[in-house]
Amino acid sequence: MSGPIVHLAGVSKRYGSISALDSADLLIERGELLAVVGPSGSGKSTLLNIIGTLARPTAGSLEIDGYDVAGLSDRELSALRARTIGFVFQQFHLAPGVPALDIVADGLLYGGKQRGYRRREAERALRRVGLGHRLQHLPHQLSGGEQQRVAVARAVLGDPPLLMADEPTGNLDSVSGAAVMDLLRELHGGGTTVVIITHDRDIASVLPREVRLKDGKIAEEVRR
Amino acid sequence: MSAPRLKPARMWPADVIRVGGYGLRSRPLRGILSALGIAIGIAAMVGVVGISASSAHEIERRLSAFGTNLLTVSPGQSFGDEPVHLPDTAIGMITAIPGVESVSAVGRTEARIYRNDHIPERQTGGIIVYAARTDLPSVIRSRTAVGAWLTEATGRYPTVVLGSAAASSLAVIETGPDSLVWLGGRWFTVVGILAPNDLISDFDYGAFVGWPEARAQLAFDGHPTTIYTRAAESAVTTVQPLLGATANPEDPGEVDVSRPSDALAAKQETEKTLRALLLGLGGVALLVGGVGVANTMVISVLERRSEIGLRRSLGATRGQIRTQFLAEALLLSLLGGLGGVVLGIGITAIFATAQSWSTVVPAWAMAGGILATLFIGGLAGFYPAVRAARMPPTEALANP
Ligand SMILES: Nc1ncnc2c1ncn2[C@@H]1O[C@H](COP(=O)(O)OP(=O)(O)O)[C@@H](O)[C@H]1O
Ligand SMILES: [Mg+2]
Repeated sequence: MSGPIVHLAGVSKRYGSISALDSADLLIERGELLAVVGPSGSGKSTLLNIIGTLARPTAGSLEIDGYDVAGLSDRELSALRARTIGFVFQQFHLAPGVPALDIVADGLLYGGKQRGYRRREAERALRRVGLGHRLQHLPHQLSGGEQQRVAVARAVLGDPPLLMADEPTGNLDSVSGAAVMDLLRELHGGGTTVVIITHDRDIASVLPREVRLKDGKIAEEVRR
Repeated sequence: MSAPRLKPARMWPADVIRVGGYGLRSRPLRGILSALGIAIGIAAMVGVVGISASSAHEIERRLSAFGTNLLTVSPGQSFGDEPVHLPDTAIGMITAIPGVESVSAVGRTEARIYRNDHIPERQTGGIIVYAARTDLPSVIRSRTAVGAWLTEATGRYPTVVLGSAAASSLAVIETGPDSLVWLGGRWFTVVGILAPNDLISDFDYGAFVGWPEARAQLAFDGHPTTIYTRAAESAVTTVQPLLGATANPEDPGEVDVSRPSDALAAKQETEKTLRALLLGLGGVALLVGGVGVANTMVISVLERRSEIGLRRSLGATRGQIRTQFLAEALLLSLLGGLGGVVLGIGITAIFATAQSWSTVVPAWAMAGGILATLFIGGLAGFYPAVRAARMPPTEALANP
């Protein structure tokens, strides 16, 4: 499929009187790697939720992978998320007491694939993120950096074209954070569009494109 | 737009069950405790049904063993001082009633029976000595556990047959020339011991001496005190009203006619009423168990907001979230239900075995128990599941 993977035109999101996002225009081409930066409360997560179709905009139009989101039902949005978008969150959201392999395999749970296939793919994904030796480990037996890599493996299971990461290094020390960033860059190298949300300017400054948010508005864009 | 229509994939049934069991796996203790509530309710209901079914089965067994066509005739309560007894002719008169198949009788004597001649007078052990006709066992359908019943021959000698409880109270375990009891001031040989009679349990505490021997040695007046009548099954209701007047034409009102099986049948009826009451109580317990499951599910949904959000981000539809929590509630209840059925069967088995009944748990009670839990589980899980499904993904993912 051709055309931009994400296309926002005048997208706003209001929570009552608060304008979390104010007529944002944003075009993301397939295969891009970009950072969304801005101070806390500037609307970064709101932007991620809207691009990730977890929340609907209150105004403006939004196209993801060629689909006009406004015209899709909640069920259709779920299907879109299942096959097109992978998410990585600041909190890793790993189920306690579930082995890494099964956590990752659940990345394809809603994709209609059989369990055996999901587990084979999960093993492959875990090897890809350097955790081939941790398949049966439980989340509490893994370091923070390893836990986030498990979450990344789950997000990219089934190779969604778009990966959204909201402060993926926010809960990590600098070494683990760097490893996760390397991993995201590697996935981008494999052709995935990667959007990284961060308030860390150092992380953002080394990425090819930077979208700066301020008070819910896209204040400036930097391309390198 | 050229993009194909989006359609969520269906979850495999095995995945629905696995995901439904997720909460149980991550918090087993909570799951088991809330399932326990259901289990207690179901166990109570299955136990009530099982015990009453086992009891009914036992009553049926006794009724069919001893028959419902046995009628007894005995002198009624006397108002004066005179001892009331049945006329000597009663047996013959009753035998002549159409529909009567067989008739036998016993006559109560005042004789006392002791283990040996050293026992003080007063310690009779509650054993009653009867003069008995030789055809008594065939009419009341009793059989001897040891030895044999009185015959025309043995009935003329100091021989005695003991009821089961009488034998154990006299410490008699075998029959024969060496097995002697002290009866009416002389030694009697025990020739037989009866098996317990469930229909006429009085006879378990009886000692039976031949009619001629009782007259000769025990100062027995020869009047029957109870006449046992076996009527044809179809004639029971026609024979019963005739018995009083036939046994004692001069004073039919002074005769008690009864049908021992009526008491058992009445017992069965009262047990049915009791069962309905206990079932109701079990139902209340089940309902409380259901509230427990609903409570667990509501808490579970609140605690697992981020899991719900994550699943939505992975592509779960509202329906799939709803299904997950409904499946979890059903699984919890089913677990409780199965445990409850097993527990209920166990309770029934223990109770029935203690009563030496056979254990009977009707299949409908087990199936009904499982169905009831599924219904309760569905009811308990419905609201929490709907709430979970309605939760907006962003709100579910937001930091608590
Ligand atoms: N569900 C919500 N309800 C009300 N206000 C919200 C909600 N989500 C975000 N906001 C508000 O929108 C603004 C942007 O929030 P957010 O996108 O989370 O910022 P960031 O991720 O950049 O820190 C903030 O002022 C925040 O309080
Ligand atoms: Mg944020």
